[in-house]
Amino acid sequence: MSLISLFGALEVGLIYGLVALGVLISFRILNFPDLTADGSFPLGGAVCAVSIIAGVNPWLATLFGTLAGAAAGFVTAWLHVSLKIMQLLASILVMIALYSVNLRIMGAPNIPLIWEPTVITPFINEDYSNQFWVKPLMILLFVIAAKLLLDLFFASRAGLATRATGANIRMSQAQGINTNKMTYLGMMISNALIALGGSLYVQTQGGADISIGVGTIVIGLAAVIIGETLITSKKMFWITFSVIVGAILYRLFIALALHSGPLQSIGIGAQDLNFITATLVVIALVLPQIKAKLKRRFKGRR
Amino acid sequence: MLSLLMPLSLSSLSFADNAKKHVAITAIVEHPALDQARQGIIDELKDAGFIEGENLTLQFQSAQGNSATAAQIAKKYAGDNPDVAIGIGTPSAQALLASTRTVPIVYTAVTDPVAANLVRSWEATGGNVTGVSDHLPLEPQMDLVKMIIPDVKSIGFVYSPGEVNSTIVLKQLQEILEPQGIKVVAAPAQRTTDISTAVKSLQGRVDVIYTSTDNNVVSAYESMYQAAVQTKIPLIASDTSSSERGAVAALGGDYYGMGRQTGKLVVRILNGEKAGDIASEKPQKTELYVNLKAAQQQGVTLPEEVIKSATKVIE
Repeated sequence: MSLISLFGALEVGLIYGLVALGVLISFRILNFPDLTADGSFPLGGAVCAVSIIAGVNPWLATLFGTLAGAAAGFVTAWLHVSLKIMQLLASILVMIALYSVNLRIMGAPNIPLIWEPTVITPFINEDYSNQFWVKPLMILLFVIAAKLLLDLFFASRAGLATRATGANIRMSQAQGINTNKMTYLGMMISNALIALGGSLYVQTQGGADISIGVGTIVIGLAAVIIGETLITSKKMFWITFSVIVGAILYRLFIALALHSGPLQSIGIGAQDLNFITATLVVIALVLPQIKAKLKRRFKGRR
Repeated sequence: MLSLLMPLSLSSLSFADNAKKHVAITAIVEHPALDQARQGIIDELKDAGFIEGENLTLQFQSAQGNSATAAQIAKKYAGDNPDVAIGIGTPSAQALLASTRTVPIVYTAVTDPVAANLVRSWEATGGNVTGVSDHLPLEPQMDLVKMIIPDVKSIGFVYSPGEVNSTIVLKQLQEILEPQGIKVVAAPAQRTTDISTAVKSLQGRVDVIYTSTDNNVVSAYESMYQAAVQTKIPLIASDTSSSERGAVAALGGDYYGMGRQTGKLVVRILNGEKAGDIASEKPQKTELYVNLKAAQQQGVTLPEEVIKSATKVIE
């Protein structure tokens, strides 16, 4: 694998690291099966791209994109909390509605940002020779900031209440926690992170396209699952770390699949990529069970 | 860390045989039209003496509709440093340009490369990009529509709202037809499974349906055809393969021919020209295909002069 390809996998992996952090909050911490991601990721990208085209400062545009994601999370939470719509259904509704909303925001299915100023452009050489490492480095800074802020949040009173809401909603209510409020807060932070990912995606990958949302949730879930399998810890610091690692590994697997000569020589081609990634996730899912089984057998013998 | 990894990339580069040319192709999705474009490129390379395995390394990766994968394929190509990287479809070509400003990029099957920011104008504009668009002038196509349906009052347009190529065509259709008093009725179909519903929604509202090279529509032309036969709305298409699949008539380039044309640009770059010195191209030749069986089923009689001027008549 070439250096550029490796850094490319890191770059895309780090962006999905933000998505994975978002998915971690909804699925794992809040226990809210949330598919909004497929809509909030392109929403962040759309708002950011449109803002940049309109001449808004790229940093501000990134913030707008992120806030738009928070709004999407708010709507999903509202459908569930206030209108009592099933969680999964609420998120699917917001996801499909966002497709049309995103088209409206963008005004066209594709907004190229190739020559527009982005948060990355000031650091890129005139001949673009350093872009292959500047882009992942910049995104890394965003990811570190997001991760640390998230760790701080989860150590705070509101963060602990959010975790309690997901862990045991009745117990939390008995303890006087406003679980509805925590659901809103968690879903907004979750989708804000995912939309931040979308904002950075459009600024590094050439522009916004209506199709960039496809499969976001799958990648996010895969990252969470791979990360959790590899790094098992109950400490928030390591959990947030693990899902970022999971996202990077997932993209590295893809890069390896794209590069693998041996795979291609036995007839496995590009069209099998989705199958390979699904297989990887299944393996990651099954590994803990196998580990537990082996442990039990080992103990039984003793 | 950088200095440690650097030899890794250099060693992978040094594998490349100097005499052997390396062409890397990527497509956003695989479907018949895009696959034909790719075949056209490969055949053109072959005719120019670049034979895979002998003096040419040919690579192909499909992003399968996933833009993150498209981004990673682009990065792989940027790292492999091929002699030419070819992007089939707008998102794939954009991903390539976002990943490298040094590897020559040739795009194909992009309707408006200027709007897509691939090139700054249709002229040779320097940089590392050139290519062939699949943009066909709409006027001759609308002339064909008027020849087949002389008293046409409204034209239906079934398309994917998520595809930039199609939204551009829709806008141009409105600009051309509305001053002539012909109404354009847009019927968006987000998924291939929505196509049949979209066609049926046009029943009684349009005299004819015009289809462009929309990826959804082309992928599922059979369902366009089925619905058109049921509703008796004739289909007129902008690529010839659609006529073979049930459009009454089609005036357009074929994707294979466009691939051939793209291949010619690739050969020029392989022979030493700079991508930035080559102007972007539009499809060179158009052909007229007519489908008599489809015409009969969709309740329209093709004028004799149309049949006579057709390059291919499907019975």
